Amino acid sequence: MEQAAPDPERLWQPAPLEPLSHPDAGLESMVGEETKGARDEGPGDGTMTENNFSLKKIEISVSEAEKRTGRNAMNMQETYTAYLIETRSVEHNDGQSVLTDSLWRRYSEFELLRNYLLVYYPHIVVPPLPEKRAEFVWHKLSADNMDPDFVERRRIGLENFLLRVASHPILCRDKIFYLFLTQEGNWKETVNETGFQLKADSRLKALNATFRVKNPDKRFIELKHYSDELQSVISHLLRVRARVADRLYGVYKVHGNYGRVFSEWSAIEKEMGDGLQSAGHHMDVYASSIDDILEDEEHYADQLKEYLFYAEALRAVCRKHELMQYDLEMAAQDLASKKQQCEELATGTVRTFSLKGMTTKLFGQETPEQREARIKMLEEQIKEGEQQLKSKNLEGREFVRNAWADIERFKEQKNHDLKEALISYAVMQISMCKKVGFGFSEGTSIFRSAGKFL
Amino acid sequence: MGKLGEAGLAATAGPARTLGMEGECRASQARSWGLPAGGAGGDSPGGDAPLPGSISSSSLLQAEVLDLDEDEDDLEVFSKDASLMDMNSFSPLMPTSPLSMINQVKFEDEPDLKDLFITVDEPESHVTTIETFITYRIITKTSRGEFDSSEFEVRRRYQDFLWLKEKLEEAHPTLIIPPLPEKFIVKGMVERFNDDFIETRRKALHKFLNRIADHPTLTFNEDFKIFLTAQASEFSSHKKQGPGLLSRMGQSVRAVALSMRGVKSRPEEFMEMNNFIEIFSQKINLIDKISQRIYKEEREYLDEMKEYGPIHILWSASEEDLADTLKSVASCIDKCCKATEKRMSGFSEALLPVVHEYALYSEMLMAVMKRRDQIQAELDSKVEALTSKKADTDLLTEEIGKLEDKVECANNALKADWERWKQNMQNDIKSAFTNMAEENILYYEQCLATWESFLTSQTDLHLEEASEDKL
Repeated sequence: MEQAAPDPERLWQPAPLEPLSHPDAGLESMVGEETKGARDEGPGDGTMTENNFSLKKIEISVSEAEKRTGRNAMNMQETYTAYLIETRSVEHNDGQSVLTDSLWRRYSEFELLRNYLLVYYPHIVVPPLPEKRAEFVWHKLSADNMDPDFVERRRIGLENFLLRVASHPILCRDKIFYLFLTQEGNWKETVNETGFQLKADSRLKALNATFRVKNPDKRFIELKHYSDELQSVISHLLRVRARVADRLYGVYKVHGNYGRVFSEWSAIEKEMGDGLQSAGHHMDVYASSIDDILEDEEHYADQLKEYLFYAEALRAVCRKHELMQYDLEMAAQDLASKKQQCEELATGTVRTFSLKGMTTKLFGQETPEQREARIKMLEEQIKEGEQQLKSKNLEGREFVRNAWADIERFKEQKNHDLKEALISYAVMQISMCKKVGFGFSEGTSIFRSAGKFL
Repeated sequence: MGKLGEAGLAATAGPARTLGMEGECRASQARSWGLPAGGAGGDSPGGDAPLPGSISSSSLLQAEVLDLDEDEDDLEVFSKDASLMDMNSFSPLMPTSPLSMINQVKFEDEPDLKDLFITVDEPESHVTTIETFITYRIITKTSRGEFDSSEFEVRRRYQDFLWLKEKLEEAHPTLIIPPLPEKFIVKGMVERFNDDFIETRRKALHKFLNRIADHPTLTFNEDFKIFLTAQASEFSSHKKQGPGLLSRMGQSVRAVALSMRGVKSRPEEFMEMNNFIEIFSQKINLIDKISQRIYKEEREYLDEMKEYGPIHILWSASEEDLADTLKSVASCIDKCCKATEKRMSGFSEALLPVVHEYALYSEMLMAVMKRRDQIQAELDSKVEALTSKKADTDLLTEEIGKLEDKVECANNALKADWERWKQNMQNDIKSAFTNMAEENILYYEQCLATWESFLTSQTDLHLEEASEDKL
């Protein structure tokens, strides 16, 4: 799988976004300078040799969440949750891990990191963050961001995000990511200094390109289509799952009402009393078992949600392609029109309607000198344009190749992860059936054997 | 359920039986534990102690049965039985025609000898200018002598059942009469005659008549017989007899006035009974509500689940590698849905009607208690009148004597019936909840099997793929 090496400069300090290039491409490149420091791929385990930062042999965990209060940008009191990120390096020999870094980050900083990655690695399917606000909530779950269960699930989601980035062959080498894990103070300033916000493509531009692009790569069209379907079907699934959970909760909890009534009834019964007591107790146990069952299901839902959000990441890559392709098409169009103008001026034929042509007709022909000057200018522009087109072409093809490589990697990951998730769902169901079925058997066994009566 | 058939039952704690109509019962003839030693019909009190059509395996009784002064027809029936009785009842050669099934010999330890089989079915809508109503077909098959035939088919409407119940209550004020299904369901009933409602009612009416048939005393009630057998015109003219509306109203006014007195002098055992009834009533009504609610929640759960599986199929359409796994999951979910449906139907057949019937029974019990108290109160008021010497003492003493008998009869009838009812209740409740538990266990077993086979198929695939990768 070919990987474009990231700009070496950028690894050490924020650098302007440069088009990616591959040293072995064998193509002329406008930005050939970039290749001078082309890094080697590095050893397969993704170590950054420069500072012995062996990412694969790093353990990252988001181990705690804490409520904090502080003042925000508008100097107003706010409450937020901070998450403790601990990084451990694993010693080669004995497998022991040593805590190397530990700092606190809040959700908005994660968002900042991700937005940065989106801008600087548009050809990568960037892992998504866990949801900002609780969605697909069924009634018992709180939609409150401060709710401890939500915070806990978010903690796991954030950890998952960091692990995904750290295990990505390209993203793991990014310096900003490294600093995110290691430099508590000033990190925000450092990110902002990269000026990545300025580099970000405007949404409007992207929308425009999406509508007007004529010849995007077919694979990207299919991918966009797929990501729309994926998003739609997973949303639907999560919605229905939430409703099913709600109903199931109702069924179990109503059974709980039997408990107290049976217990009270058993007081007036003689032979049947024990049976009723036992059945009543069992009903209570049954009713309370649903809480754990649904808790486990939430983790399953979170796994699906991750891929729901991944769909958006896929679409972002498609958009970037469309933008680049549109840019290319526009540049080609522009070049073609300039060439034509030039030709017309040179041969003196006016085949197309132009303002110059009109004014000439109205106000008289221009002098040969003027015409020469114009032709010269156009010729220069054409030369420039050809170069630009070439480089854009190159960029475009680079992008497609690199993006597609990452997409293939993503597909493998997705198939694997979702299959695991579905299997874990089955395992959950099995364990639930065993537990509850056994409970019914136990809870009513007295009932059934007490006083056989004809 | 013949009264005389169970010689063996005297030894076991059998359900209590009483003979005849309490109103005319005389203490000397009250036989609460009802098994006259020798004669089958020798001593039948009143004209109203029908002889059993049931046969026990006791040869003594067999001889007595044949001595009966019965019609030719019935003798034939009995002699058929006699021939049957020579056979070993385990013999597989037992004829299986309905009539012979009725006459089948049963063993002593099966006290229920049914000789009256009733079914309620075929609800039909009748539209007249005034009203629309439903009639139900009632088929009765019997071998009893006092019935003119062995099969009857009549049509009755709810009103008729109501009439029957009232007659039974009148005739046996301290017996526990089975409850009727409700007249109306108030909540959310737009269409009075929707199919579910009619079916539920039909089942309940069927139960009602069978409970009466199984009751040792009520089964021989004359109005019951007429209800089962009389054709339309005969039936409506019979209904018109009896105390009119006004007198019935007068009775109930008096009754209310008296019932309070009865409460005060209630004997200990009836205090206990009343206590039980109050608590039972509360609990069973709660259980009824809870059960209905559970059914409703399960229904809604099932509706959502039915949508859940198909989404996985939809998803599989856009996937390649995942398609099979997704389809398998969808199929597992669908199987679990079917298992849920089965469990729910078991719940609604076995548990809901039972619990609901007993919730209605609790009202019957309270009414019985009241009526007993009234009878007691009548006595007490006369006694009071005697002590205060307000009226002719001789007349009063005679009346009191009668009333004392009446009270004793009533109390004994209630006591016996109470024991029987309680046994039945415990059986029925145990059965119902055991069934529910078993349905649940079955459901979880089925779901477990479904998901386990899914897992196996996935791990098999996984191993296949892994070995392919190695190549």
